[in-house]
Amino acid sequence: MGVLFYLIAALTLAGGLAVLLLKNTVHCALAVTVAFAGLALFFLQLDAQFAGFAQILVYIGAVAILVVFAILVTRGSTTPVGQVFSESWLVGVAIAAGVFALFGWAVLESGRALPHESAAPAVTVRDIGNALVGRYVLPLEIVALLLTAATIGAVIVAMHEKEGSK
Amino acid sequence: MVTTLDQIFIILRNWITGFLPQAWRPAVDVVLGVVTIVCLFPGLFALTTVFERKGLARIQNRLGPNRTGPFGFFQPVADGIKSLTKEDIVPLNADAAVHFLAPVVLVVTVFMGFAVLPMGRNMVLVDMDAGLLFFFAMGASTEVTVFMAGWSSRNKYSLLGAMRAVAQMISYEVVLLLSGVSVVMISGSLSLVKIAAAQNHYTGWLPNWYIFTPWGFAGFVMFAIAATAETNRSPFDLPEGESELVAGYHTEYSGFKFALFFLGEYLAMFSISGLGTTLFLGGWSAPFSFLTWVPSWIWFFAKVMVSIFVFIWMRGTLPRLRQDQLMNFAWKFVLPFTLINLMVTALWRFMGEGWERWVVCTLILAAVFVLMGKVGMGREHLGPRSYRYAE
Repeated sequence: MGVLFYLIAALTLAGGLAVLLLKNTVHCALAVTVAFAGLALFFLQLDAQFAGFAQILVYIGAVAILVVFAILVTRGSTTPVGQVFSESWLVGVAIAAGVFALFGWAVLESGRALPHESAAPAVTVRDIGNALVGRYVLPLEIVALLLTAATIGAVIVAMHEKEGSK
Repeated sequence: MVTTLDQIFIILRNWITGFLPQAWRPAVDVVLGVVTIVCLFPGLFALTTVFERKGLARIQNRLGPNRTGPFGFFQPVADGIKSLTKEDIVPLNADAAVHFLAPVVLVVTVFMGFAVLPMGRNMVLVDMDAGLLFFFAMGASTEVTVFMAGWSSRNKYSLLGAMRAVAQMISYEVVLLLSGVSVVMISGSLSLVKIAAAQNHYTGWLPNWYIFTPWGFAGFVMFAIAATAETNRSPFDLPEGESELVAGYHTEYSGFKFALFFLGEYLAMFSISGLGTTLFLGGWSAPFSFLTWVPSWIWFFAKVMVSIFVFIWMRGTLPRLRQDQLMNFAWKFVLPFTLINLMVTALWRFMGEGWERWVVCTLILAAVFVLMGKVGMGREHLGPRSYRYAE
């Protein structure tokens, strides 16, 4: 904790706010990578190397690029003329506040629910690997199956469109 | 004497930090390492540009740069001064902030990759538990900067180049990661220091590098293909194909920003060569057991420079691929073959010591290679070669 924590927090929050406030959608997509990078730095600050680097690899390397591609391909990159806030912003704020309250409550309660957890355990990448293919192999395989199904589905959707246009 | 020469840089660093109070030493150690990397690799980059232009000229029956200094060796100095003094033109329509950030972030992320490469015995800036993952994470971040450069220029060639580059880098990154995974499976560690150390022993006087195993050889070939595509080098240089896209995503960059892109590209070549060296070519270990008296850092840099030479050689030899050929090659050949290589690696791991695993793994890989070639090329009808314009 200390200065570093507040610096990273400021960076992450600035990225998140920029996503909401900027008008150009590509700028928003680039701002979200800043927020992702901030989250990765948080993981690294907590000595969770695997989670931090996976965050960079997956979110900055793949998700951000995917978002950018989606924006460019669907012609969403033109700057909107009117206001950027939608009509139903009040409902949005209410839902966000609710979710934040739930998470905050869960985090604050965790101290009481797990009183015997001492200092943070030193988890190496090797431990994560062993856990993934040992104890948690079934969830891992289910996720893999789900992703494969999603990929095949995406390919089928794309193929269908192509045949229709011929 | 041999150990002194081998550890000369470590000794030098400790001598310098010896003058400082104890509390400062860790920080100064890191600063010295960073300064060395930041000075050394751009210097190597300057040398490489001369070698590349000279080498390409030799391949194409020309002379190459021969005016600045003896044999044109001061050409990079002249180029550097030129790009420093050139006017920095930013297009009126360009997105100024993103346009400025793109080359800076690119060079920074590329430099970060060097932090985990062991460049000699004990010569690594940060020995991370997840070093390989860190390297790939930094490599993935460069894709965003390429997109930033292409999009912010507001130029159709730049945008096309950036889209091509990003599509290509994402496709080949999968292969790069998976071929690295096979090494991790055998060495049992994500730390590049441990991977290099695991290859540093000898059978007789022959080295135990991973490239000298069936799965390692197949993995290295796939890694080399993916590395060439990741660094946008010929024959995968479509994103910056001069004849089609002017210069791709850095068309609208001039002056020193262009030089930064150029630097970033070459630094990426160095770092990916360093990674390939560490993963498959034994890192800093000597090629024969009777050559271990040569300092380890000489071996590392010799291997990196040989890889760079192969890059240049390929650039002078191979024609550029088409976009559809590039994508088909990645998804229909390289990726499936790398996945099968992963299975073979697992088989190698569990068959234990002995000659059987050599035969079985080699046979499986050769059979798969031939079969995939037959199936993939089955639909192509390659008649006799016809020349339309060159006869």
